[in-house]
Amino acid sequence: MKRKLTKLFEFSIEKLFLLSAVFCILALGTILIFVFYKGAPVIGKIGFLEFITGTIWQPQAEIFGILPMIVSSVYITLGTMVLAIPIGVLTAVYLSYLAPKKLAVFLRRSIDILASIPSVVYGFFGLMTIVPMIDKYLAKGTGGNGMLAAILILTIMVLPTIISVSETSLRSVSNSYREASLALGATEITTIFKVMVPAAKSGIFSSVILGVGRVLGEAMAVILVSGNAVQMPSSILSRVRTLSANCALEMGYAEGMHNEALYATGVILFGFIILLNILMYIVKTRSERKG
Amino acid sequence: MKLRDKWIKGAICFCAFFCVAVLIWLILYIVINGIPSLNREFFQSLIPSVASTLAIIGMTLVFSVPIGIMCAIYLTEYAKSSKIVKAISFAVDSLSGIPSILYGLFGMTMFVTVLNFKWSLLSGSLTLAIMILPVIIRVCQESLITVPTEYKEGSFAMGATKLKTLVKIVLPCTSRGIVTAIILSIGRIVGETAAVYLTAGMVNRVPESIMDSGRTLSVHLYMLAKEAISFEQAFGTATVLIVIILIVNTATNLIVREKK
Repeated sequence: MKRKLTKLFEFSIEKLFLLSAVFCILALGTILIFVFYKGAPVIGKIGFLEFITGTIWQPQAEIFGILPMIVSSVYITLGTMVLAIPIGVLTAVYLSYLAPKKLAVFLRRSIDILASIPSVVYGFFGLMTIVPMIDKYLAKGTGGNGMLAAILILTIMVLPTIISVSETSLRSVSNSYREASLALGATEITTIFKVMVPAAKSGIFSSVILGVGRVLGEAMAVILVSGNAVQMPSSILSRVRTLSANCALEMGYAEGMHNEALYATGVILFGFIILLNILMYIVKTRSERKG
Repeated sequence: MKLRDKWIKGAICFCAFFCVAVLIWLILYIVINGIPSLNREFFQSLIPSVASTLAIIGMTLVFSVPIGIMCAIYLTEYAKSSKIVKAISFAVDSLSGIPSILYGLFGMTMFVTVLNFKWSLLSGSLTLAIMILPVIIRVCQESLITVPTEYKEGSFAMGATKLKTLVKIVLPCTSRGIVTAIILSIGRIVGETAAVYLTAGMVNRVPESIMDSGRTLSVHLYMLAKEAISFEQAFGTATVLIVIILIVNTATNLIVREKK
């Protein structure tokens, strides 16, 4: 009898564990369903093409077009990546091959701290330092809020992600590659850039995808520095609003169709994130098949 | 060494030190500007947001640590079919890739409207609980994997059941991993703005129950900076946040180092 009870107990605990594991799948499903359920109908009402190609956003008049936000999000992401990929990958190279051991420990710790500083602190820091600087030297007093400020802040924010994931993949490249290349007479730098970096390229690529996800999704830091005007960016100093900023900015007071339109913005953002996830999956399975 | 190599090496060093330089600039800038406003009056004005932050941290951990640990245990100790493991891992990865603003939108419909918890600490911490689940699962999983199989086999050989082995042998070995997961989660909860802003609201008052709205420190900083209410207070709040993050970071480092 006692034995049976223990067995039953063990069995039910195992199912409890299974349940909490399945909870993750359920949570993911619920999040998807809720955001789409709230946002999709209004896209249907406006028309998908009109919604994503409309350039006017006037909630009072119930005109909802989010092309300026999509374009701003894409530009900001591209700009950030142009700065962050070289800096991030080169730092990862330094950490994994060139840095003296003690220095590497110190650098890694600094990057850990950089990774854990709250995004709103970055936004505030940008607002107080980078925005006035842009205003003074580049915009000549017309205001420093805009795309460039957002790009610079996001670059700092995304560096830790790119550095740590790239470093992990650079370190996992077999040392025999390096020794073979050095033995063939290649210099250290040639070895790194012709042998090691190409061998780690799938990991570096994943770090970039993760970084893009972070940049696209960041709302609060961007709101503080980007100016938030809904308009097509005409220059790198233009005031712009990104997709995620839009969700956060007007949520407090939006009602009715306006509220649903904000969810619809979230749906489009979700679309981008899902695309990134698929890309990530492809990169992962490809590199697994190879090695 | 070729001249070209020297240039490239120079560029690499420059990039590495760029990151450190930015970090030092950011911390010094905020702390130096923040210290003058750290007086008694300021700390008194901070009491409501500190209270809300602590409440949200506590509740979020209560919701998500048990589920996270059980999920990690299932994945490492129980799951037999790799299909389930794959599906769950995929879900966990996807959850960690969803931007916090989308968690905010989700929490706002699910908890604030549909379950009618209103803008409250409860809605906020339920949303955050799902958000930090991937962190807890991944860290606990990593530490569960490192438990030597000999320990478990020894326990089985003595006639202990699987559950008993888990509770008496495996979990004590992973306590460090669990503590690390909790500390990392605290860091993320403290730093989160978008998701809390949309679900817990921004009332600046000491919350009396879990159904009250409250703003966390990060949301407080966001409001101060966005509405340009008071930059002195904003610098002070940012300083407090940075100090918390530094403490959290040092704590994690100490635990990880001790393990080695």
